[in-house]
Amino acid sequence: MKHLIPEFEQWKKRYPAGFESSLVLPCLRRIQDDRGYVADSDIEELVAYLGVARIQVEEVLSYYTQLRRHPIGRWHVQACRNVTCSMRGAERVVDHLSKRLGVAPGGTTPDGRFTLTVVECLGSCGTAPVVMVNDAYHENMSTERLDALIEGLD
Amino acid sequence: MPGAQLIMNFPVTATSHLLADYRARGGYETLRRVLTSMTPTEVTKEVTASGLLGHGGAAFPVGRKWAVVKLDDGQPHYLCANADEGEPGTFKDRWVLEHAPHLLIESMLIASYALQVRNAFVYIRGEFDLPYRRLEAAIEEAYAAGLLGERVVGTDFACDLVIYRGAGSYVCGEASGLITSIEGRKPYPRNRPPRLTVRGLYQRPTVINNVETLANVAGIIANGAEAFRKVGTAKSPGTQLVSISGHLVRPGVYEVEYGYPLAKFIYEDCGGVPGGLAVKCIVPGGISTKVLTGPELAPLTYDHASFAGAGSSLGSGGMIVIGDGTCMVRLLQVALRFYHHESCGQCTPCREGMGWMHRIIDRIVAGDGRPEDIDRLVAISRANDGTTICGMGDAAGYATIGIIDKFRDEFEYWIEHKRSKCDGVLEVGHA
Repeated sequence: MKHLIPEFEQWKKRYPAGFESSLVLPCLRRIQDDRGYVADSDIEELVAYLGVARIQVEEVLSYYTQLRRHPIGRWHVQACRNVTCSMRGAERVVDHLSKRLGVAPGGTTPDGRFTLTVVECLGSCGTAPVVMVNDAYHENMSTERLDALIEGLD
Repeated sequence: MPGAQLIMNFPVTATSHLLADYRARGGYETLRRVLTSMTPTEVTKEVTASGLLGHGGAAFPVGRKWAVVKLDDGQPHYLCANADEGEPGTFKDRWVLEHAPHLLIESMLIASYALQVRNAFVYIRGEFDLPYRRLEAAIEEAYAAGLLGERVVGTDFACDLVIYRGAGSYVCGEASGLITSIEGRKPYPRNRPPRLTVRGLYQRPTVINNVETLANVAGIIANGAEAFRKVGTAKSPGTQLVSISGHLVRPGVYEVEYGYPLAKFIYEDCGGVPGGLAVKCIVPGGISTKVLTGPELAPLTYDHASFAGAGSSLGSGGMIVIGDGTCMVRLLQVALRFYHHESCGQCTPCREGMGWMHRIIDRIVAGDGRPEDIDRLVAISRANDGTTICGMGDAAGYATIGIIDKFRDEFEYWIEHKRSKCDGVLEVGHA
C-alpha cells in the first residue's frame, strides 16, 4: 500500500481538516484496484497511515459487497438479477454464463480467468439485462452478445 | 418528450457534457450573478418560493430543508449530493451525471453559497463507472477554470467538491447511512432527531439532496421561482426525470412535466408493452412503492397528489411496467431476496424480518407454502413499519403489501396447487 501514499496525500487537499476517517473507503478501493484485493499487510499499513481503529477498517471491508479480501479471476463478470433485469432475461443470462464458464455464481474458473457473481440492481434497468465486467457495463445482453463478450476477453 | 423540459433541454452530442459546450449554453453565468449580486438568504428564498420538492423519493420541500441551516452558527456546514441511485428501477441521476455534470456542479456551487458550505460532496454508488468518470472530468475542468477551489469566479467564495465513491450497499442511499459512509464507516443509518441539517456529517449541519433535485437549482435561480412554478402543477411544480423500464417498447429516461397524463406517457411516449399486451401493473417509483394495476393507472396524472390519491407515490421516479401474464409471486420473490441481501442488520425487525419474509416466499415458490403464509407476510410487513431506524424495513413492507393486496389470488393459487398461476413467467411480450 505504501507506494500509494503520495496519491492519498493529494486527495487530502480537497477534504476538510479532521476527515482522515473518511479516507478509509477510498483508500481501500484504490488498494484493491492496485492489488486486486485487500491483503492483511494493507490493513495494517492503512491503520497506521490514517490513525483509525483496525476494527473500523475490518468492518468496512466486511460490509461493502465490492470490497474483497482474496484474489479473484482476471475478469469479474457480475450479472444483475434484480426486478427489471429478471423481467428481461437475467435468469437466462446467469444460466448461460454458468454453463459457458463452467462455474456456479460465486465461483472462479480453474485457469483464474473468470469469476462469476450475481448482483442486485446496478442502476441500468433501461438497458436490461445488464452484465458488468470489471468496471464496464454491458447492456441489453442476449445470449449472442454474451458469447461475443466472453470471446473477447483473454 | 412529455411536457416542458428543464433538465434534458439540450441535444446530447459527443461533447455536450464538456465545459465549453455547457458555457455555450449559458452555463456558469447564473453562478457568477449569484456570487456577485445575491445574498445567500436571497438564494434560499428563491428556492423556497419555487416550491421545488426533493426528487429522491420523499418529496420533501427543498427550501424548508435548507432553511434549517443557520448561516451564522459559527460551524462548518456540508452539502452532499446523493448519487447512490440504488432503488431498483431507478437510473435517472445517471443521466444527469453522464450528460449534464456541469449543471450539477453549478447548482451545487449555488447551493453551497446559499448554505455557506466550504466542502461539498457527491456520493456516487461504487458500480457507476462512466457517470463517475464524466463527473470527475467535469470537476477537474471546473477547478482548472477557477470555478471550484479558492476564489470561485474571482470572488471571495471558496468551495471544494469531492466525489465519494461507495462500494456496493443499498442503505448508503438513505441520507444518514450516506453520511456515515462518508465518515469512512459501515453505513448504519442514524436515529432522527436530531435532523441531519442540525447534526449530520461529523456532527455538523449537513444538507443532503438528490442529484436531480440539485440540478434544478441553477435553472430556478436563472429564470426565477415564478417561471419554475409555471411548469407542472400547483402542488408539484417542475418536472421529474422518470426512468422507466420493464416490459416496455421504449424504456429509458424521460423528463415528464408534473400533471402529464400517465396512460399517455406509458402507452404513447414509451410505446406500451411489446406485442400489444395489456399493462398488468406498474411499480410507480422504485420497487418500494405500491404497485398500481392497469385500470388503476388509467385516470392518473403524473404528480404527487394524483398518485397519493391512488394509495401510492412517485417515489424515486423509477417506474417499472409489468406486462400481462407476469407472475407476481416470483416478482415479489426477486424483490424480497434483494431486501434481505441489503438489510444492514442494525435493527432487529428489519434484519430478522427480511430474512423471514425471504424464506417464506422461497417456501411458497418451492411448493411448500402454507395457507397462513400470506397473512404472515403481511403481518411481518406491518410489524416492520415504523419500528426501524431507516425506512428500508417499511419499504419492503409497502412493496409486499402492495403486491399481495392486488394479486392475492396468485399467492393462494401457488400455495394450493404448488405451482404458479402464471407459469412462473417473468418475461412477457418478447421484451
